[in-house]
Amino acid sequence: MSAGQPPLDSPEIRRLTPVLGPGHTFGSVTDKISSIVLTRPTSFGWYVGFLIAFSVLGMMTIAIGWLIIKGTGIWGINIPIGWGFAIVNFVWWIGIGHAGTLISAILFLLNQKWRTSINRFAEAMTLFAVACAGIFPLIHTGRPWMAYYMFPYPSTMGLWPQFRSPLIWDVFAVSTYGTVSLLFWFVGLIPDLATLRDHALNKPAKIIYGMLAMGWRGSVRHWHRYQSAYLLLAGLATPLVLSVHTVVSFDFAIAIVPGWHTTIFPPYFVAGAIYSGFAMVLTIAIPLRKAYGLEDFITMRHLDNMAKVMLATGLIVAYGYFFEFFLSLYSGNKFDVFLVQQRLHGPYSPYYFALILCNILTPQFLWSYKLRHNVVVLFLMSIVVNVGMWLERFVIVVISLTRDFVPSAWGRYQPTFWDWATFIGTIGMFVTLLFLFVRVLPAISIAEMRELVAETSEEEK
Amino acid sequence: MEQHRSHIYGVMAEFDTPEQLIQAVEKTREAGYRRMDAYTPFPVEGLPEAMGLKHNRVPLVTLLGGLAGGLGGFGFQYWVNVAAYPMNIGGRPLNSWPAFIPVTFELTVLGAALCAVFGMLALNHLPQPHHPVFNVHRFVHASSDRFFLCIEARDPKFHLEQTARFLQGLHPHHVNEVSDD
Repeated sequence: MSAGQPPLDSPEIRRLTPVLGPGHTFGSVTDKISSIVLTRPTSFGWYVGFLIAFSVLGMMTIAIGWLIIKGTGIWGINIPIGWGFAIVNFVWWIGIGHAGTLISAILFLLNQKWRTSINRFAEAMTLFAVACAGIFPLIHTGRPWMAYYMFPYPSTMGLWPQFRSPLIWDVFAVSTYGTVSLLFWFVGLIPDLATLRDHALNKPAKIIYGMLAMGWRGSVRHWHRYQSAYLLLAGLATPLVLSVHTVVSFDFAIAIVPGWHTTIFPPYFVAGAIYSGFAMVLTIAIPLRKAYGLEDFITMRHLDNMAKVMLATGLIVAYGYFFEFFLSLYSGNKFDVFLVQQRLHGPYSPYYFALILCNILTPQFLWSYKLRHNVVVLFLMSIVVNVGMWLERFVIVVISLTRDFVPSAWGRYQPTFWDWATFIGTIGMFVTLLFLFVRVLPAISIAEMRELVAETSEEEK
Repeated sequence: MEQHRSHIYGVMAEFDTPEQLIQAVEKTREAGYRRMDAYTPFPVEGLPEAMGLKHNRVPLVTLLGGLAGGLGGFGFQYWVNVAAYPMNIGGRPLNSWPAFIPVTFELTVLGAALCAVFGMLALNHLPQPHHPVFNVHRFVHASSDRFFLCIEARDPKFHLEQTARFLQGLHPHHVNEVSDD
């Protein structure tokens, strides 16, 4: 964006903002991306950021340790609100995890070239978010060492999991999603690990990357099978990513609790997941490209496209809110109508209005081309959406549970210090893992960037 | 020629661009060589066709994995609910198949994905810690910016000098012998 270029919103620039900065060759993309891991000295900022994140992760360890000693009584949950922060955070994290697979699988099948430079770290983000998500249901059981009860194993009691329960569906959906995301990520990494092996400067790095690369040598026969496997994985991950949040929404929709028991939940949860996922990708991409000078690879075109996806899914979410509201009133079911009133006027109404502000009103600024191209605005917007999506899950879980069918069963929910420590702690874990990831693995797929170089040079001819 | 086979894996030529490599592969096949392999830093479009590669078995393995996961998943839930621990809850059917679909679906995807990845690795004979091509000093560029073609010694037409001369005629950057140990 140097001086002398035509104004940003001129039509030529709009059409031509490339997915890759000009003048790159196979060698230059390889060197630039692998140098972040191999040659560039670790910056002071990295150490500071890592230490902060790692301390927050330490807080989570303490919070979970205390939980294991004392039990779930240290949290704010109690009857009637048995689900509290654990489930709010679980749904929030798993939703964030959706963007990675969406970018790597669905945009791959749709042949969207701009996915290339963002898919690797978006997939990493997915894995880390799923790891954070997995913690919550595990510790919410109260006795996490008994969690294997949820998997089918031949027990001496002859018991099996209840396969008709959405909670067991969730176990299968989330563990399958975690496994397939890991496989997808690792398969994408194999050629890059070979690059790192061949460019490593010291013996330990050579050995570690060499073992992970498994002897990959770029044979055309290997690439041939590799491409088949990658395409198939993309095809498999596409319905999978849609199924995961659908199953998560079943946890709610199959219950008879007012505000949960609606058929709109699956599509509206999936849209919300993609919405929050893209917000998180932006939250990570904007500092990442700045810190490592990757503006040539993660261009304004990428940020613009992600902002547009956010706007579109945000509108679907808004439609979901509207119909949830409308159907409750239209149904005439007095419990549903009462729940709507509780959202608007009940003790938790500030959360509901904050949710509307964060998730529906603020993103409307993204209609503006100028604001979509303002990196600071985009970054702030992505944070607002992350907060909004967290509030959405809070509203869904807490308001419905505090206002059940009978007034004698009503209650209030107040998260405790340990609730917050665990939640913020998982953010620390997420950021710690991201810091380690950008330090030891290529944050952008080198092999796919070379393909992009080949394609762009063909177009120029 | 026999003595060459004992310690020479093949002869390798290095090219600058994928287009040159594809041309070289086509000419090599025209010259009658069959036992060869190309090494590239990214999947080059049109190269498998030039090499005469057609189908591979990854899709079949994936299909079998998906079928095993799906049938196994549904079959297991059926067995648990109908045979192993039947529970009569108000006379509802034991084989309540719609409730078994989510887990069946997830296990189908899981089986297919595991088979796609591990099938691909197994068919590629990976992990393979060492391969003769790594003996060539310049082969490190195969994972960065150069494109290699290796005619292997087990090709019936292979003759060290003649094959090396033939590869020189394709105007590569370098031609190297690949030793076998």
